[in-house]
Amino acid sequence: MRGLRRRVDPLDYAGRVWMRTFFGMVFILLYAPVVLMMAFSFNDSKRNIVWRGFTTKYYEKAWNNDGLIEAFINSLTIAAINTVVATTLGAMVALLLWRFRFPFKSAYEGFMALPIVIPEICMGVAMLAFFSRIGWPTGMPWPLNLSAIIVAHVAFSFPFVAIVVRARMAGFNRELEEASRDLGATEWQTFRHVIFPYMRPGLVAGALLAFTLSLDDFVITFFTSGPETVTFPVKVYSMVRFSVTPEVNAASTVLVVITLIVAALMLRVQRPDHAGAQ
Amino acid sequence: MSIISIRNVTKKFGGITAVDNANIDIAANEFFAVLGPSGCGKTTLLRMLAGFETPTAGEILIDGVDVSAMAPNKRPVNMVFQSYAVFPHMTVLANVGYGLKVTGVPAAETRRRAEEVLELVQLAHLGERKPDQLSGGQRQRVALARALVKRPKVLLLDEPMSALDAKLREQMQLELTRLQEEIGITFVIVTHDQDEALSMADRIAVMQAGRVEQTATPELLYESPNSRFVADFIGKVNLLDGQVTGASDHGVTVEVAHLGKVTVPHAGRAHGQVSLAVRPEKIRMTASRPESSLIVQGRIVDWAYYGDTSHIRVQPDNGPLMSVTVQNETRSTVENGDVGDQVWLSWREEDTLVLDR
Repeated sequence: MRGLRRRVDPLDYAGRVWMRTFFGMVFILLYAPVVLMMAFSFNDSKRNIVWRGFTTKYYEKAWNNDGLIEAFINSLTIAAINTVVATTLGAMVALLLWRFRFPFKSAYEGFMALPIVIPEICMGVAMLAFFSRIGWPTGMPWPLNLSAIIVAHVAFSFPFVAIVVRARMAGFNRELEEASRDLGATEWQTFRHVIFPYMRPGLVAGALLAFTLSLDDFVITFFTSGPETVTFPVKVYSMVRFSVTPEVNAASTVLVVITLIVAALMLRVQRPDHAGAQ
Repeated sequence: MSIISIRNVTKKFGGITAVDNANIDIAANEFFAVLGPSGCGKTTLLRMLAGFETPTAGEILIDGVDVSAMAPNKRPVNMVFQSYAVFPHMTVLANVGYGLKVTGVPAAETRRRAEEVLELVQLAHLGERKPDQLSGGQRQRVALARALVKRPKVLLLDEPMSALDAKLREQMQLELTRLQEEIGITFVIVTHDQDEALSMADRIAVMQAGRVEQTATPELLYESPNSRFVADFIGKVNLLDGQVTGASDHGVTVEVAHLGKVTVPHAGRAHGQVSLAVRPEKIRMTASRPESSLIVQGRIVDWAYYGDTSHIRVQPDNGPLMSVTVQNETRSTVENGDVGDQVWLSWREEDTLVLDR
């Protein structure tokens, strides 16, 4: 009877029951906690362990929690500035590595990527030691009081941008650049009209990475933030130490929604990709 | 007056000499081809004309101006790239207008001129398309239009046919020749395809290992090559090695092992070891012994039938294999010989070339 059994090709594994079950489990483990968190933000219970009915009062409470709102605004400000600076810096590093040959280039490339592999806790300690050693000014007015955190965030997020953009540029047909020069464009015009449009999907992906990395970073921020500069993850951590109230869930839900909206917007900016691969 | 003068130009990449003391003059309105096997330096030479490479030594003059150190965007030349390099994120019209836009030509004039040139390459109806909606041949026309819209003094073409299929290639060759005559500017084409160069160009420079071997019209290159390399690279040739034994007003006398002493007309000087060269189509193949001083007897070893012609290889009783091309002038020509037959090969003295070895 073995001859009658349908053969399953390697790419047909999705048709097998155990494989589907496995996929299902993965998705549940990935997304169920987030969905549960969102659901329980509407839970009418202080303890937030058992479902006791629907309410939106914790959103109201979170909204009126000045400390939470301040931390939230701090986080978004840091993430926004970090995205701009890290994307610019990362793109410039990527262009440098793509375009030019110079001594110790491969060594530089390795060092540039170090923040990706160094454990975050070490980065945090290093940043703390660095800022206190050089006497980075504290107690400045907002948003300058966030500068230390922003510097730290840029330091660990720009290599991600650089790597993404570099990978994008590897597929660029250099004849496009030469064609532009040949047709009378200056180097700057060539960059603006030919190289940049090709680079854009990489920039969008890199910027998204930088934004989310900064928004949810806890360890490095924890070490570099002063007592009066609290970010959202740090604030949530301190709140959770007392109890996991629906208020924390509500604030987290808002953060998830903002992240999704930003991601959706950036993906829309990124047009279908035919900007000049080789 | 020549529009391009390449004077003693050498280009070295590290220790490798890509172009070695090249001297070429190209006349205005000429269709000029640079022909050579891959890696001979022909593309490097073209890139130096476009400004993407700077000569290590020597100078390049375009219309009397030394451009050796001039940036590519300042030169009065435009190029059609091997990959076409059509900007993928722009429409056809934007691609063609690009070169005008970046140099500050007003938008209305840019559009008018771009449409004009698209008309010239028969793409007027595809102006709003994106390059990924075009065929290879259409993309090439866009690249061509984009270069021509700049009204360059010289149009450079880098292996423009290499990505096209045989039928389209022939069509584009005719089209390029038509365009060149119509707009009357100088075309410089780089190619490794000898048929392409022979059929299109007014003059051809043959390059090998960085050196310009010979610059001449297609007829001269084919009928009077000045070296074994050129003779062998352009078309097929039979080479018979021999020794010069004397020279007179009538030509030189060469002793070839299986031919004996033969005298052939030769304008230049020749001495020592030489080769007698004769093209396959200039050899007559007969069953009986003909009257000629240049005859070889042999046996047919293979027979390749091409419809209009047949390419036959004959193994002489002694001496190297020889190629013969015969016109299949009648329907029965094929029956006139067969593999294994004994035949006589003969050719005329004036069809024989004397080449240094």
